Amino acid sequence: MSTRFFGERVERKEDDRLLRGHGRFTDDIGENALECAFVRSPFASARIRSIDVAAARTMPGVVAVYTAADVPFGDLDLPLLIPHPELTQPRTQKCLASEVVRYVGEAVAFVVADSRYLAEDAADLVEVDYEPLPAVVTPEVSARAEHLVHADVPGNVAADVTQVVGDPDSVLAAAPHVLERRLRIERSAAHPLEGRAIWARWDASEKRLIVYDSTQSPTSIRGGLAVLFGLPETSVEVIAPDVGGGFGPKIMLFNPDELLVPHAAMQLGRPVKWTEDRREHFTAVTQERAQVHEVRFGFSEEGRLLALDVDFLHDGGAYTPYGLILPIITAAQLPGPYRVPNYRVRFRDLYTNCTPTSPYRGAGRPQGCFVIERVMDAIAAELSLDRAEVRRRNLVQPDEFPYAVGTMWQDGGMTVYDSGDFPELLRIAVEALGPKPEGEGIGMGLAMYVEGTGVGPYEGAHVQVLVGGKVVASTGIPSQGQGHGTVFAQIVADELGVGVDDVTITSGDTRRFPWGVGTFASRGAVMSGNAMANAARAVAEKAKRIAADQLEADPADLELAGGEVRVKGSPGRSMPLAAVAILSNPLRYAFGGGAEIATQFQPRARPGPPLAEGDAPGLEATGYFSPVTGSTWASGCHAAYVQIDPRTFSLKFLKYVVVHDCGRVINPMVLEGQIQGGVAQGIAGSFYERLLYDEDGQLRNASFMEFLMPYATEIPDVEMHHIETPSPLNPLGIKGAGEAGTIPVAAMLASAIEDALGVRVDEMSLHPSRLFELAKPR
Amino acid sequence: MKVNGRELPDAGDPRLLLSDHLRHGLGLTGTHVGCEHGVCGCCTVLLDGRPVRSCLMLAVQARGHEVTTVEGLAADGSPLHPAQQAFHECHGLQCGFCTPGFLLVTAAFLRENPDPSDAEIDDAISGNLCRCTGYANIRRSVRRAAELSR
Repeated sequence: MSTRFFGERVERKEDDRLLRGHGRFTDDIGENALECAFVRSPFASARIRSIDVAAARTMPGVVAVYTAADVPFGDLDLPLLIPHPELTQPRTQKCLASEVVRYVGEAVAFVVADSRYLAEDAADLVEVDYEPLPAVVTPEVSARAEHLVHADVPGNVAADVTQVVGDPDSVLAAAPHVLERRLRIERSAAHPLEGRAIWARWDASEKRLIVYDSTQSPTSIRGGLAVLFGLPETSVEVIAPDVGGGFGPKIMLFNPDELLVPHAAMQLGRPVKWTEDRREHFTAVTQERAQVHEVRFGFSEEGRLLALDVDFLHDGGAYTPYGLILPIITAAQLPGPYRVPNYRVRFRDLYTNCTPTSPYRGAGRPQGCFVIERVMDAIAAELSLDRAEVRRRNLVQPDEFPYAVGTMWQDGGMTVYDSGDFPELLRIAVEALGPKPEGEGIGMGLAMYVEGTGVGPYEGAHVQVLVGGKVVASTGIPSQGQGHGTVFAQIVADELGVGVDDVTITSGDTRRFPWGVGTFASRGAVMSGNAMANAARAVAEKAKRIAADQLEADPADLELAGGEVRVKGSPGRSMPLAAVAILSNPLRYAFGGGAEIATQFQPRARPGPPLAEGDAPGLEATGYFSPVTGSTWASGCHAAYVQIDPRTFSLKFLKYVVVHDCGRVINPMVLEGQIQGGVAQGIAGSFYERLLYDEDGQLRNASFMEFLMPYATEIPDVEMHHIETPSPLNPLGIKGAGEAGTIPVAAMLASAIEDALGVRVDEMSLHPSRLFELAKPR
Repeated sequence: MKVNGRELPDAGDPRLLLSDHLRHGLGLTGTHVGCEHGVCGCCTVLLDGRPVRSCLMLAVQARGHEVTTVEGLAADGSPLHPAQQAFHECHGLQCGFCTPGFLLVTAAFLRENPDPSDAEIDDAISGNLCRCTGYANIRRSVRRAAELSR
């Protein structure tokens, strides 16, 4: 196989449109669509006494106002996306609440009008009479169960899951050193700069529904809408056009708008569009991260971790549409790159009167990483050992792969690391970081992580050589900026021996590829990348078969290169890929473009029917990739020097080093962009952004004025190093990279701040006022 | 009002935001709306050559002024503006949603300060949020745009 583009810093093919302002985001689609606004609950917990929409309905410019009573699916519970046998008390919300609201921002009514301005005016006219109830806000309050989020869920517990590896109790009882920590992590939010948006049109004559959705999974939306509306799947098309960032929440499916906008479009016979505003995004879009961990750990005189017991509470929010995925991930990979021979982990997934949770970049991993890295630092402090040395003594060694952690993984199988070289990551990071700079308030931070990436069940791709010789390829998963249009083109171009500019990728458009799962869990490159390679290889085989007849050669002697199929070592014996594409489709009519070579009176290279038995017309193929079970495990090490200003407690990065292993790298430029962006989001969530819920469940800082998303002035340039331990689990040897940058940042920063201020850090996120409190002499 | 050198119709509705008028009235959807409260900078356009938040202005306030949107940086079919070219070369964009705002800020900034220091670059772009790139490549892009503009 040629590796001309794989591994190269190929400049992005998708840039030109976006740079010229010609991108197509969902809200850019107009076509005279009616526009919408939601009436949302201002209370975190309340009974609805009545809803009066009369004034809104009669307002000029208003086309429709929907409450639960006005839609045929008003009584339906939204789907439980990932059922799990141990999720004993799952609850999902209804499209529009009619009896009880359980978080601020829960949708109550939906207004459709001639414009967004009028829809918002009308939404203000909807009168909802609420009887406020006590709110359950933090995981600790939820665990006390003085009030219930769902009256029929005892103790607010959606699930209570325990896993045991080895014999933690007796090993802890006998361990030379035992420490305990209570480690608390607050909520975070992804905030892609494009919020959620959806546009729908019903074609009444063809009975087809067309939906544009700023989603991470158009194929799932399509399936769900077909079921909901009783339409054949083949009559529903869902397209994720340009998506302005996702980072997780856009994988959450069946937000109320995703049902109501298509429903309104079908009922009203006009295109309908809803675009979220930022304030709605703060309360109505899923969040993540809040967990409280009670940790007990025993270790030897040499600092080897002998046993670890973690009991944590997961704040699941008001509903559990995404199942138990987040706490399962925390529990499964909490041991990180370290040997933990005896491990018990228990979690309780608890209901609170806050926005429901679903994965946000990292998805349960930053919390697990925070716990194990705090454990490593605590061991180092207790034994007065170097922090890097303690980690070195506990790392899984390169000859131990595949390495079984002993826990259940998020795909239903077991947690097994496929490959890696953890000691090398640490060695490079420490070396690259270099000596500590002179100065006041400087701390060194260190954290390592693993990331299970590229989970199944599968993705697919279709690759076709057009009659002009250009190549089009498509896959079901959409891009939110990760460069799918470039990296997949690199893979296909190499397989077909064409230029990367000759390949055009379409992703996330069910009209082009209706099968697939979605973009999440750092799986796009692993799953669709390998599917692309499989499809392109099948196309190459077919091209060789057709060309072999023409060139009177054995297909095994042919190769694809330079846009041609040619006999290896015989210059001149070749034919253009375009001609092969034409010949793949036997013709009666020459329609131009050189098609006459495939018509019926031309000499034929091969006896038998024009289309060989078992063959299909067209130089195209579909390929899939579906791992048996398990993930490809990326890993890395972050190390940094930070400086804390002794008066303002502001934070400055003096140096930030990332050593990263995601197997074989397709495009280092795109990869480094993912890592730098991930680090920025990690810093943001660890030190600047907070979700300040008060005890009534009101988010007190629901705007960018008070939720301090960092600007360039807060984010350092990261120095990056790569090592490559190819994954044995897929033909391309790649592992996912999308979330890695974020995962260890909170842990690294805790380590650095501890070092800089000489205080113990047991919580995230931090901020200057909190550092001031921590540093105050007691 | 004049947009990208052409005289275009005003907004009919006096309460229409400039951002909405550009996007939905005039079809210039390259101007994006990220927060509608003037923090993210996605909706940045140039008003008489200076960056403004089009979500914080009414369309009628632009009457008699000259507005430049991202579509006005380089004509269709012609080479990219140096800022656009630099963002491409340096991978200064991922999802592309914040990009128009950064491009317009960069274009205006480099006109005033063709040879900026790193600190001046950070300061210049510190009114625009990007959630994808982590800014490192945006800094490089602005530096590169300065080179390309010389």
